[in-house]
Amino acid sequence: MGRFVARRLLQMIPVFLGTTTLIFFMVRVLPGDPVAAMWGDKAPDPAQVAAFKHRMGLDKSMIQQYVDYMANLFTGNFGQTMAGRKVIDVIGEALPVTVRLALLAFAIELVLGVAIGLIAGLKRGKSVDKGTLLFTLLLISIPVPVLGFIFQNIFATNLGWVTPTVQDSMNLGQLLLPAVVLGSLSLAYVARLTRTSIVENVKSDYMRTAVAKGLPKRKVIGTHLLRNSMIPVITFLGTDLGALMGGAIVTEGIFNVKGVGNALYHAINLKEGATVSGFVVVLVLVFLAASLIVDLLYAVLDPRIRYA
Amino acid sequence: MSAATRVRWAVVGVTSVALVATGCGSSGGGGAGGSTNASATFSYQSSEPQNPLQPSNANETGGGRILQNLFKGLVDYDPSNGQLRNQVAKSIDTSDSQTFNVTLNSGWTFHDGTPVTAQSFVDAWNFGANVKNNQINSSWFSDIDGYADVHPNQGTPVGATMKGLTVQDDTHFTIKLAGKVSYFPYKLGYIAFSPLPQGFFKDPDGYGQKPVGNGPYQFVSWDHNSQVVTKTFANYQGVDKPKNGGIVFKMYTTAEAAYADLQSNNLDVMDQVPPSALATYKSDLGDRAIDSPQGAIQNIGFTLYQPEWSNPNTAKVRQGLSMAIDRDTITKTVLQGSRSPASAWTAEGVAGYKAGTCGQYCTFNPTMAKQLIQQGGGVPGNSLKITYNADGGHKEWVDAVCNNIRQNTGVDCVGDPKTDFKTARAAITGHTINGAFRTGWVQDYPLNANFLADVYRTGAASNDFGYSSPQFDQLATQADQAASIADTEAGYQKAEAVLAQDFPAIPLWYYRTNSGYSTKVQNVAFDSFGNPNWTQVGVKS
Repeated sequence: MGRFVARRLLQMIPVFLGTTTLIFFMVRVLPGDPVAAMWGDKAPDPAQVAAFKHRMGLDKSMIQQYVDYMANLFTGNFGQTMAGRKVIDVIGEALPVTVRLALLAFAIELVLGVAIGLIAGLKRGKSVDKGTLLFTLLLISIPVPVLGFIFQNIFATNLGWVTPTVQDSMNLGQLLLPAVVLGSLSLAYVARLTRTSIVENVKSDYMRTAVAKGLPKRKVIGTHLLRNSMIPVITFLGTDLGALMGGAIVTEGIFNVKGVGNALYHAINLKEGATVSGFVVVLVLVFLAASLIVDLLYAVLDPRIRYA
Repeated sequence: MSAATRVRWAVVGVTSVALVATGCGSSGGGGAGGSTNASATFSYQSSEPQNPLQPSNANETGGGRILQNLFKGLVDYDPSNGQLRNQVAKSIDTSDSQTFNVTLNSGWTFHDGTPVTAQSFVDAWNFGANVKNNQINSSWFSDIDGYADVHPNQGTPVGATMKGLTVQDDTHFTIKLAGKVSYFPYKLGYIAFSPLPQGFFKDPDGYGQKPVGNGPYQFVSWDHNSQVVTKTFANYQGVDKPKNGGIVFKMYTTAEAAYADLQSNNLDVMDQVPPSALATYKSDLGDRAIDSPQGAIQNIGFTLYQPEWSNPNTAKVRQGLSMAIDRDTITKTVLQGSRSPASAWTAEGVAGYKAGTCGQYCTFNPTMAKQLIQQGGGVPGNSLKITYNADGGHKEWVDAVCNNIRQNTGVDCVGDPKTDFKTARAAITGHTINGAFRTGWVQDYPLNANFLADVYRTGAASNDFGYSSPQFDQLATQADQAASIADTEAGYQKAEAVLAQDFPAIPLWYYRTNSGYSTKVQNVAFDSFGNPNWTQVGVKS
């Protein structure tokens, strides 16, 4: 187990270096001059453009910039935004918001998705099962922005239960509606995956044994069926956590949540290389950590899987 | 003509509503204008400032509109008619349009209690102009004698002060310009010319995060990416004393989110309704909808520096192309009334605006369009590319304009989208395109000179056309040397007439402010900068 974790941690190093390198160069080869664009339609002052580039280190060669950036990264220095703020501060403001939003969405899709999938799987072929299929199909087919606007209209504009946008991005109650929207698509997938898995396992030998032993139904389903059926679901959820963190740009825009998606969108617009790279570095770390946890969870769920 | 009349009507309409509202307020009557609570704040849709909040370092709306409430310069523009009015200045006199004697009103203080003196202005301007301080607005000081000393094109500055600025005493100073600029006081209304307290110069970065100004509102807090909170400054000496308790600038990523908040009273005044709501916002908001003119124009410019377009005779081609465009229909349908057709190179509503300078060339006439294009020798290769930035919502109208040109003249016109604003600007200023490009101008100050001198003069910073007309330059220089602002306006109208001959750019339409406000506020009107009359907004009690 320990060796497995160590090996996985070591494998993360090339992945981490590769992704940060790619992003670093990709942002910098975007066309257009971000410094000149600060003057808008007006002609920029060459003396100031030069001074600005010097301050941001943009006058050095791309390789030199890359070396400097990576060196700074390992000392925890993520560089500066165009406005002169520390990138680490910008990340520090946006990340807690998105972690809240993503975890809330994650909890919703996990709890509701597994519950719906379990019921549908146990009542296979019944009307509950068919209803679930229809409901999840609906969720999958509606694009997230449409769902966002529909929910905003129903729950805020018409019913007045919540405000249309999030007034305080750190308030969990206010983040609930965007979290439902954000988690809805994955919820449908989780429900379907769980159902399929349950349907398969319910007929397996160990289930027959458990029932024959006379175990109570709660234990049969909880300990034996559900636990064994969770492996594909966990795999999906692990990668989904990363997607929820980085892919919430649309939802954050609709509900005016000041999270990572929002900050990334601004940074890409302004072509702030340091900010974009900084966020991606953090997201890569989240992805890597999530996939490691998923791998470790396999062993917990299925005793047949053992890591040497 | 009709456009101008309509605008004046709109302004008159807004003013009278405002008067009625105030009248009701004082008598405590009901109706649209209930009583207001002078200590309550209202919220405004904003975007995160891109630079620290220093007056000479904000050229974008996010930071600019916050700073213009925290600071007040010598003069500003009356929101109701765009006329210059004195604020900190008691008077600005000149006899030769080159040396300006400034007398300050006494009694003004900064929010930290220190007095606003002549030195506060001179120090602030010297700071803003100095290349070492890297202030984005420093070119605004380039008219002042000695600017090159503190802001050389290359190398380090030879001094820290501009010799054109001399302080006599606490309330008097003189500004000597390098040349004659009769309308210089108009420029003084720009945010870059604000005074700064002494403390600023010791810690510009700190003051950029927690600005201390002399304006109607004082800074309370800046919660990055979320909101900037201000409150009314009790000792404000300006003519526009706040009638509310402060402004909360709430940052929004999308106009859609802001509009949803506005409809549910979670946002009080917004900037511009989203394009998706243009068709419905007037019925959604009723009498709380706003549709007023802005001092901004959209043009199609031409690459006169390319051999294909440098021949003076090609002006006929450009005039012809202009006549092939059905401005009325496009502004009504594609742009959903968010613009009004242009008939000059100056936007309507600014001082010196004269409707119809473009004459018949801005009137839709397909027959004449074809004739003119033929007379001018035709469009090179019979095809035209209009370069524009794809991230600015321009695609729809560029396509419509191209359809007009294609149908009415047979010229193969296509849009040439560049990924974003930066890329399009790089192509335009780098002279790597050949044909036409989207361009435009938003007023820095509401005077026609700003739309003409800064754009069409030979070598002007924003002359992206490579346009050079000795006649225009001479008329502009004459206008700059005029004895009064009225003469300047008339002089620039003459210069503008030259553009109708040479046609370096096709004027398309003027921008409008399409906005609205919540049911919690009243007496909201917008000026030609597209800003609300901040201090006059009443919060209902």
